[in-house]
Amino acid sequence: MNVLSLFVLIPLLMLAALWAARSVGQVRGVMVTGASLLLILSVWLATDYIGLRHSGAADEMIYTASVSWYAPLHICYSVGVDGISVVMLLLSSIIVFTGTFASWRLKPLTKEYFLWFTLLSLGVFGFFISTDLFTMFMFYEVALIPMYLLIGVWGSGRKEYAAMKLTLMLMGGSAFLLIGILGIFYGAGGTTMNLLEIARLHIPYEMQRLFFPLIFLGFGVLGALFPFHTWSPDGHASAPTAVSMLHAGVLMKLGGYGCFRVAMYLMPEGAALWGDVFLVLTTISVIYGAFSAVVQTDLKYINAYSSVSHCGLVLFALLMMTRTSCTGAILQMLSHGLMTALFFALIGMIYGRTHTRDVRLMGGLMKIMPFLAVGYVIAGLANLGLPGLSGFVAEMTVFVGSFQNDDTFHRVCTLVATTSIVVTAVYILRVVGKILYGSVQNPEHLKLTDATWDERVAVICLIACVAGLGLAPFWASDLISQSVEPIISQLIK
Amino acid sequence: MEHTLFILLLPFLSFLLLGLAGMRMKPTTAGAVGTASLAGVTVLSYLTAFRYFAGGRMADGTFPTLMPYNLEWLPFTSNLHIDMGVLLDPISVMMLVVISTVSLMVHIYSFGYMKGERGFQRYYAFLSLFTMSMLGLVVATNIFQMYVFWELVGVSSYLLIGFYYTKPEAIAASKKAFIVTRFADLGFLIGILIYGYYAGTFSFTPSSAALAAAGVMLPLALGLMFVGGAGKSAMFPLHIWLPDAMEGPTPVSALIHAATMVVVGVYLVARMFPLFVGYAPQTLHIVAWVGVITAFYAASVACVQSDIKRVLAFSTISQIGFMMVALGVCTSSDPHTGGLGYMASMFHLFTHAMFKALLFLGAGCIIHAVHSNEMSAMGGLRKYMPVTHWTFLIACLAISGIPPFSGFFSKDEILTACFRFSPVMGWVMTGIAAMTAFYMFRLYYNIFWNGEWKGLSHGDAHAESHLPHEAPLAMTLPLMLLAAVTCVAGFLPFGEFVSSDGQAYHIHLDTQVAVTSIVIAVLSIALATWMFAARRQPVADKLAHTFSGLHRAVYHRFYMDEAWLFVTKKIIFRCVSTPIAWWDRHVIDQFFNFTAWSAHAGADEIQDMQSGHVQQYAIWFLAGTLVLTLVLLW
Repeated sequence: MNVLSLFVLIPLLMLAALWAARSVGQVRGVMVTGASLLLILSVWLATDYIGLRHSGAADEMIYTASVSWYAPLHICYSVGVDGISVVMLLLSSIIVFTGTFASWRLKPLTKEYFLWFTLLSLGVFGFFISTDLFTMFMFYEVALIPMYLLIGVWGSGRKEYAAMKLTLMLMGGSAFLLIGILGIFYGAGGTTMNLLEIARLHIPYEMQRLFFPLIFLGFGVLGALFPFHTWSPDGHASAPTAVSMLHAGVLMKLGGYGCFRVAMYLMPEGAALWGDVFLVLTTISVIYGAFSAVVQTDLKYINAYSSVSHCGLVLFALLMMTRTSCTGAILQMLSHGLMTALFFALIGMIYGRTHTRDVRLMGGLMKIMPFLAVGYVIAGLANLGLPGLSGFVAEMTVFVGSFQNDDTFHRVCTLVATTSIVVTAVYILRVVGKILYGSVQNPEHLKLTDATWDERVAVICLIACVAGLGLAPFWASDLISQSVEPIISQLIK
Repeated sequence: MEHTLFILLLPFLSFLLLGLAGMRMKPTTAGAVGTASLAGVTVLSYLTAFRYFAGGRMADGTFPTLMPYNLEWLPFTSNLHIDMGVLLDPISVMMLVVISTVSLMVHIYSFGYMKGERGFQRYYAFLSLFTMSMLGLVVATNIFQMYVFWELVGVSSYLLIGFYYTKPEAIAASKKAFIVTRFADLGFLIGILIYGYYAGTFSFTPSSAALAAAGVMLPLALGLMFVGGAGKSAMFPLHIWLPDAMEGPTPVSALIHAATMVVVGVYLVARMFPLFVGYAPQTLHIVAWVGVITAFYAASVACVQSDIKRVLAFSTISQIGFMMVALGVCTSSDPHTGGLGYMASMFHLFTHAMFKALLFLGAGCIIHAVHSNEMSAMGGLRKYMPVTHWTFLIACLAISGIPPFSGFFSKDEILTACFRFSPVMGWVMTGIAAMTAFYMFRLYYNIFWNGEWKGLSHGDAHAESHLPHEAPLAMTLPLMLLAAVTCVAGFLPFGEFVSSDGQAYHIHLDTQVAVTSIVIAVLSIALATWMFAARRQPVADKLAHTFSGLHRAVYHRFYMDEAWLFVTKKIIFRCVSTPIAWWDRHVIDQFFNFTAWSAHAGADEIQDMQSGHVQQYAIWFLAGTLVLTLVLLW
């Protein structure tokens, strides 16, 4: 059996085991075992992948396998990975692992919660290993649907509204996607659904002109593309901690990944035609998200708008269409996934104690919960691009890469986007100053306790990853830029 | 020179150790760990300097540029990559000595000053982080490595200014410092992007073909980099963060905001000096004029401040202005003609770091003794704090430019360079030097003379039992050492080591300039003595009264802070962010809500069609057929 199928099989087994679990202890046992296995698997995959590449594996994707599923429409279960998907799988498994610990004490309906949570991860893993358009789409849907229940049942605040809004908007995107995928399928002659094979065929220009925006928008909605980002603040604000982590950390990356792997890879002429239009939208995303975050008062809203800005940078860098900028985009996905998961984990932990996320009602938390507060400062510094943490590496690769595109219009967009580093500093330091420093706002808060051991596991793991990527970025950058090459050469052609 | 790696590694390891395990250590253990690692760094830096300069010159008379380490850290394209390494050349070696010396002094001093503070361990962890970043910055092998450490010193400065994180002023000051310098760093970053693209490399020595092809882009890139340097070095109008940064612990002000971090802008210009002088002379003139304006502005504000740390902060800004001017007036790289300023600037950077650190540490002793920053709470302290008094006096004489103290020699070179550039520049800078002597002695008299000690200003009942006393040895020892350096540093043959073309340059005093500047400095000191030495200061009060409008404006630093506050609070927060956030919630979001609502309402409207009544269906069926028939026929 293909090793990649384990990424689907393990969550399936976890689902079965969760179904059979009788107590919370057993549920936790299943989750920790499964999540650790996935983490080990993805780390092994990354090292093995690098090893194979060094020993001369030159194929675009390796570990490929394909099983025919529905012959009349040429739908196959095809898998395969390149450096980009390896990195994304690594990211997903880290988030699933830490997310498990972040929802360790979740009540009620623990078992059901983890069932949906695992189903969601299954969709995510399946998406990243697929090379078949249809299978990819299917896994994409599998990842979206549980979100509705996870937010609707275990969420907080206006959870029904947020769950419905998020689902409807993302489903709207899916509708575009489905049309787009069918367009690609028939445009490429209707003989294959396999990405790699379609890339070698040529889709007629008229078809590309029509279907590129559909696919890009469809995935762009999930990637928080302005103006289709409004599901993000409400959705994140209402979602339970681990769901926010998984959603902002991984699910939003499905958007960027899809835009790159499906829209731009298969329809380079469409990308050339529509690139400038979307570039304007993404530039707006970057700045608009940052400025919106400055005045928010809810911690999760701040972080959601910050995500709009940072995910906007992903799509922005992709549209710059240089090798370095696309490498930067993938690095930014990885880095943002880790940082934002850390942020949402910490916000959830703070909210679980203070029962408020309003920055005006908190203060002096550094004294009360030093561990969480220091974690928050580190997350903040990573977010504003401090060297030594992952944000800097990603942003600098994006900016240097974007600047290599010497078209005046692209230059102007790059300059506009760079200003976000200042605005980011403003909103991060504002929050840090308000909630962590200063005097204690609410005497009730003095009774609160610092992080428990399971929360510490989640936070320490994520900080280690953020710092690891920030201190030693060369391996990730190598891994990614190699795999960006075929897609870029397609675009430049 | 392989040991240079440990210069960076030691403070990094001590930062990790103190950061991760510091809170479990006893405060003194943590302090000892930090200080021991810094002592190691100092020894290694001195060793490096000795071996480097003793290693001799190359055949062309310059010192070699060594790169014992240079590893690719983050690749971008085939020729653009961030390298991490160690670069040794005269200025970086000189900076290693300055930074490790001042940092070691501050580490020792803090044992006394920070004793019993909550977060002592954290303090030493941050100091280690800062020292590591600062050392990494000066030995950077390329502009991007410099930027990496540039950001790191920025964040260490942020953490240390906000060390007393329960004090609202400290939080505001740390935030302001970070954001203002971040704003300037945006310029730096864009400058680097332009430089990287057109020069085709991030290293300091691009190929001359690329430089020739870059055309107007190179001066632009260098100018933008200077914006970053101006932010960190507190040049007007980006200086506003520095006076507020005094909210941090005083030893931090001495280390970061007087001696090391704030001069990185000067160091940056010096680092890029061959490019500035060769390809962007106009940009260099801008540097000079920014320096002049800053030096004058800060000196005038320093004359009326009442908080001793703020006086010193403005004095720092003014002195960095001097260094910038010295670089800016360079017109060639020959130290005998137009390139003297380079050597003068680096020399002044060196001497200023020592005596300004001394002044701040002295101010720390005073604040420690009287528990206030305000001049009104001081006066007559010379009897109680003899060591502080004498060392402070030495530093004051040095900064005023009185021989044989170090400041005289370096400032004299700067003035000579200015006179060579143009007499106007020379006289303007001499005038500012006179102001320096005046405000420093105003400060000195108000602290140490000014009649007898009058007790705490806020009527402390126990004033008698709280007589100010000399600081412990941990604090006075660094003062004495720095004072000793200040006494002798002027006689260093600095030009032999550092000069604009790398050749040995023999410093010789320009008698005319030297005599003028001494006379003017002595006159200024005499004026300050006349106005401020006595308890009652009728002249000063009368002047302040007569020109009350001007006095108020200067005291409020010409309202620069208010102007900035207006831009940030009113314009960015109120007029940009708030409308954007409102627009997002009320227009874009409502549009999608409206879409959902209309779908819902539409469904409500047409759901009656599915009524289950066969007759109704028949009517719809007939109507539909009729319409279709008509359409088809028509």
